[in-house]
Amino acid sequence: MSATADVPALVARARAGHRGALGRLITLVERGGAPADEVAAHLPPPGRPAHVVGVTGPPGAGKSCLVGALLAALAAAGRSPAVLAVDPSSPLTGGAILGDRVRMDARAGGAYVRSMATRGQAGGLALAVPGALRVLEAAGHDPLLVETAGVGQVEVDVAGAADTTVLVLAPGWGDAIQAGKAGLLELADVIVVNKADRPGADALRRDLEVMRDLGRHTGLEARSGRRPAIVMTTATTGDGAEALQEAVDAHAAGLGDGAGRGRRRARLEVAARARGDVEARLDALLAAPAGRALVDAVAAGGLAAPEAARRLVAALVGAG
Amino acid sequence: MNDTPIRVVLAKLGLDGHDRGLKVVARTLRDAGMEVVYLGLRQSPEGVAAVADEEDADVVGISMHNAGHLTLAPRMVAALRAAGRDTAVVIGGIVPPEDVTALEAAGVAAVLGPGASAAEVVAAVRRAAPA
Repeated sequence: MSATADVPALVARARAGHRGALGRLITLVERGGAPADEVAAHLPPPGRPAHVVGVTGPPGAGKSCLVGALLAALAAAGRSPAVLAVDPSSPLTGGAILGDRVRMDARAGGAYVRSMATRGQAGGLALAVPGALRVLEAAGHDPLLVETAGVGQVEVDVAGAADTTVLVLAPGWGDAIQAGKAGLLELADVIVVNKADRPGADALRRDLEVMRDLGRHTGLEARSGRRPAIVMTTATTGDGAEALQEAVDAHAAGLGDGAGRGRRRARLEVAARARGDVEARLDALLAAPAGRALVDAVAAGGLAAPEAARRLVAALVGAG
Repeated sequence: MNDTPIRVVLAKLGLDGHDRGLKVVARTLRDAGMEVVYLGLRQSPEGVAAVADEEDADVVGISMHNAGHLTLAPRMVAALRAAGRDTAVVIGGIVPPEDVTALEAAGVAAVLGPGASAAEVVAAVRRAAPA
């Protein structure tokens, strides 16, 4: 990793289709701080935003395999997709095994694929995702698929980052009560029942349909504007991939012009960068003698945790 | 975070089905704080080089148990150089000691045998990664 990367030249080469330059730019975005700022400063102003499709779901539901099948369908349709495939970083060592490519088999479709570790984020995405999306967009890729780390019920970050959120489930995921719980299910624009060749797939589809249709009676559907399509797929054979692409395209068509999406993307990028900076400063404060003294005082019973937190935030804000 | 993890692409080339060792190496490097892009079985040197480009890998690790190392390891190095990358290549698996010099001459950064400890594997990858 050369420290003196020539960012304008990298941007020019990435826009000319050089995968290595694109890869290096995303590395700089992932590094955060000054390198990420320099990349952002040298990207062309956003034009019509690319369509961002978030693919999320529990571990083992078949997200990577399904993304691979979707890539093949998109390539056949003459599109130029790219993928950010996110897997978890170790909370202990910072290391990660990024295994999505094993099942994605992206070389067949020729899509650009980048594996990304969460690096400390708990919502299923990495802080660098918004910045990396801007780089991929500048290089001419559209749509942009973001595969989250395997998630449970409450990791809903992806719905904020994506224009279209695809939730992937598989038989055995749960029953009608699971389907009725709040969280991720409410934010899906398309729900996939993957492994549709397995027993239980039809029962899961029925449970999900009932869950979705109850929203019409409760008023949730009118409030959220969401009535997710439910698509059956078998990612290993590619069955249903075209139907999934059609459902994703149909949702994209309902998004209207790019202005709202562009503003949402801008908000996300600003918020991610600000959040990263705030967290870094907070960690630094906690590690400094004053922060450690606050923690010690709480541990010793001499100070209430909320008061310690208030002082910490005051110090953070005061630090400007 | 300023301490960027080392990014390593791990793969096996051609028709060599013994991937237990590579999986252990993946776990070893993960626990040493590295980000491992795991490709697994039946890869080609050109395909791995393309992935190294997309992933901006610091090191490519290839596991070989089929006596193909004298053919495939130099091709792996050549494919990376042809892609314009100076990414280091580390070979692990079954390599007779008398072949190590030839591999090093072909540009392989390190060769790890079956007796290599976890610490030796991690140290070799750290040495191979650009500073």
